[in-house]
Amino acid sequence: MHHYTIAELMKSLRNKEFSSVELTQHYLERIKQLDSQFNSYITVSSEQALLSAQQADQALAKGNASDLCGIPIAHKDLFCTQGTLTSCGSKMLSNFVPPYNATIVENLANAGAVSLGKTNMDEFAMGSSNESSFYGASKNPWNIDCVPGGSSGGSAAAVAAQLAVATTGSDTGGSIRQPASFCGLTGLKPTYGRVSRWGMVAYASSLDQAGPIARTAEDAAIMLNAMASFDDKDSTSVDIEKSDYKASLNDSIKGLRIGVPEEYFQDGLDNDVATLVNAALAEYEKMGATLHPISLPHTHLAIPAYYVIAPAEASANLSRFDGVRYGHRCDDPKDLMDLYKRSREEGFGDEVKRRILVGAYALSAGYYDAYYRKAQQVRRLIKQDFVDAFTQVDVIAGPVVPNPAFGIGEKSTNPVSMYLEDIYTLPTNLAGLCGISLPCGLSSDNKPVGLQLTGNYFAEAKLLNVAHQFQQHTDHHKKTAPISNASNKLNSNQ
Amino acid sequence: MEWETVIGLEVHVQLATKTKIFSGASTQFGAAPNTQACAIDLAMPGTLPVANEQAFRYAVMFGLAIDADIGQRSVFERKNYFYPDLPKGYQTTQLDAPIVGAGQIEITLADGSTKAIRIHHAHLEEDAGKSLHEGDFEQGMSGIDLNRAGTPLIEIVSEPDISNSDEAVAFAKKLHSLVIALGICDGEMSQGSMRFDVNISVRHKGEEKLGTRTETKNLNSFKFMEEAIALEVERQIDVLEDGGSIRQETRLYNADTKTARAMRSKEEANDYRYFPCPDLLPVVLDDAYIDSVRQQMPELPIARCQRFVDEYALSAYDAAILSDNTHIANYFEATVKQCNDAKLSANWIMGEVSARLNAEEKTITQSPINPTQLAGVIARIKDNSISNKIAKQVFDGLWLGEGDSADTIIEAKGLKQVSDSGALESMVDEVIANSGAQIENYKKADPEKRPKMLGYFVGQIMKASKGQANPKMINDILIKKLNELV
Repeated sequence: MHHYTIAELMKSLRNKEFSSVELTQHYLERIKQLDSQFNSYITVSSEQALLSAQQADQALAKGNASDLCGIPIAHKDLFCTQGTLTSCGSKMLSNFVPPYNATIVENLANAGAVSLGKTNMDEFAMGSSNESSFYGASKNPWNIDCVPGGSSGGSAAAVAAQLAVATTGSDTGGSIRQPASFCGLTGLKPTYGRVSRWGMVAYASSLDQAGPIARTAEDAAIMLNAMASFDDKDSTSVDIEKSDYKASLNDSIKGLRIGVPEEYFQDGLDNDVATLVNAALAEYEKMGATLHPISLPHTHLAIPAYYVIAPAEASANLSRFDGVRYGHRCDDPKDLMDLYKRSREEGFGDEVKRRILVGAYALSAGYYDAYYRKAQQVRRLIKQDFVDAFTQVDVIAGPVVPNPAFGIGEKSTNPVSMYLEDIYTLPTNLAGLCGISLPCGLSSDNKPVGLQLTGNYFAEAKLLNVAHQFQQHTDHHKKTAPISNASNKLNSNQ
Repeated sequence: MEWETVIGLEVHVQLATKTKIFSGASTQFGAAPNTQACAIDLAMPGTLPVANEQAFRYAVMFGLAIDADIGQRSVFERKNYFYPDLPKGYQTTQLDAPIVGAGQIEITLADGSTKAIRIHHAHLEEDAGKSLHEGDFEQGMSGIDLNRAGTPLIEIVSEPDISNSDEAVAFAKKLHSLVIALGICDGEMSQGSMRFDVNISVRHKGEEKLGTRTETKNLNSFKFMEEAIALEVERQIDVLEDGGSIRQETRLYNADTKTARAMRSKEEANDYRYFPCPDLLPVVLDDAYIDSVRQQMPELPIARCQRFVDEYALSAYDAAILSDNTHIANYFEATVKQCNDAKLSANWIMGEVSARLNAEEKTITQSPINPTQLAGVIARIKDNSISNKIAKQVFDGLWLGEGDSADTIIEAKGLKQVSDSGALESMVDEVIANSGAQIENYKKADPEKRPKMLGYFVGQIMKASKGQANPKMINDILIKKLNELV
């Protein structure tokens, strides 16, 4: 039953092929047996999951259950879960049990989804490989010597290893789309303001956005239906009517104008990735879409702008972790300064410290204009590139990442090469647009490659429609990671 | 050589909103520590601020009252520094785009002249919590109370237009009465509702360039401010006259020891790394909104003063005294409304009521006698039930809580004025009968001198009546009877 998508499980649960409790037990058993290979979970909430599953079964029996009722999912470990550890992949919060739920956790629970637990991630969502987690790197189920991507690496690995049917992630500079690409999944970053940030531990507040990682665009639509809401607890939440993201999945894409930015196909793009992305574009043409070369001339400035703005915001957002009220506190502080210094020294990992330093520097007296203000100006230029492009095209297509999943340890000692991973995903966040990553084939060494579609503001329904149509004509998304023997046994039981 | 003082004030005014500026927690003063701090105030991970509309409304009211430009687009910024009573590690405040722009406040000086003090701007921000170093803590430990964290403030920043402590106090009092009149602050200075930071420098008279300034922080009474300014001006002049120079520094005034000490110098000052808060979008106030606030503005002291003259025929002097403090003005109007006598109400409030309050160091809101009770006293004077003298006894009785109303006290103590002409006539008769010698003198006296001799008889009658005889009636009856004798 772990091969099923959400859409398939919805039918099976309603046809009483199995109950949500059986399904949940099956997933919990798989996690127990297999996750030591992938390290995709930080916390598994067996008891609570089974309790939710029982309730879901009751709701299903009554016959008025919503789509996600009884469906086993998992949350990235930066979404606050009442009564359950929310570590953000950091030693700093390795003892933090929130007394409240994130809005999306609440929304998904209200929709009847069963949370299996909390997934691994780069510390405070800072990273593109999941290697900065205090709980150890998560592994790519397609190739356990490779990273699953980051920062939502655990969320992607869990779905790819079929240890959850879908998961939540967060995307500040590509943290949903890049791991989805590395793990052969469909990952959606909604428009900034579409999904509430309440209860999502902040990395860079003006860029952070929660979204789903799933096996298909249809599943992502079902997840987003539950996740998206206007939330008066989040001042940046936008109060516009929510679409039924499932309703337009089957709309025709004949005549769809796809913009292809020249800047996304230049130096540094891996050959396999270029080939597979171009093949996907050709497939779209066959389906009746038209391709239009466009230019996003400020693309090359996205990395420098992002790596000023995001660390600047992070430097303030992470100031609350001071050892005073919650989180890690050093032993026997000799005075207040010692408490601050050692608690933060001990509680934060290298990448987090690096970004706090960079951010504080960019905001400091005498440097603000040259760095922070300049970066904000660049951000406006990047946004304008997209605004101009969307006067001519409906969606923009290109690669998600310049390369397939890289090896564990390959880039962890060179932060800048790691930052370059984000070149195609950052502009979406800087502009506040929505973007989706969907599988478009395997590289010559059998690693998944993703196609990125970027949509206009609040055009999630369109993006999901365009992605779903691709998945109706191709089967890249149906390929699953080759899981070792232990899982095969379970497969035969199914 | 003569010295000249230059002072600028930064005034923190706690806004009287029910809830905090970015959370739904109560702002009530005096609750047990940390019982009014929610997850947002504690800066729990993942929590987000939502701005309190009422705080904006109050800030706009202040801006309109000082004739300032209202920032149509105001932006919150993060001011970054670490302190245990600042849970987020930054204070959310405004910097480049404050809610209230330049304005001015006119103060009246002791000689009756007026002076305009320019306001540079006023901005919205959140208050910090409190660190507690005294109490039941283990050795070396301090407590943190976050009840105050997130209480809305406007910080009002004046231009350096103030020349001495008298002007500073006049300005502070004017602000105090203004924010109370607007209803945007409870004005309870002892609870920290209004706190002053004073920037002080001195220079030789005639000098253009400003001297190096110091900032004395967190003064929460007019008196302390006056003392702190005097002390700091003297210190600066001493230092300069001894050939030294002033360090730009922050100073703390200790009201108990009447001394001040340097807290930190400019070199040690934080780089606050301000940047726009990404969790709070810029707030845009359109003209319609500002107009709606304008229409709901309460009457300001200056307008109320004029109305007191027009409506109640008070002298300009009385009107000014009664309108300056909103609570007194409200008390006055409530009294007038119930007794219909503005002049008597004014006299009693400026006389007996304020004398008793001053003697007991109380404010009008702490008066044991409320306007209804005072109006009751005045009503009995007006209907001749009691004399002015007896009224003071009734007032005392009310003040001491001997009864709920003038009538109950008059009743219980038997203070009602005797106006029964039959009873008064027999009283007069009795006194005349017992005053043979004085009556003889009266008869012999020159008729022109006789009115002056009435005093004795009136005194005797009042004594006999224990002060309750109606003095006017006594006079009439006495003259009539004496004339009959002559």
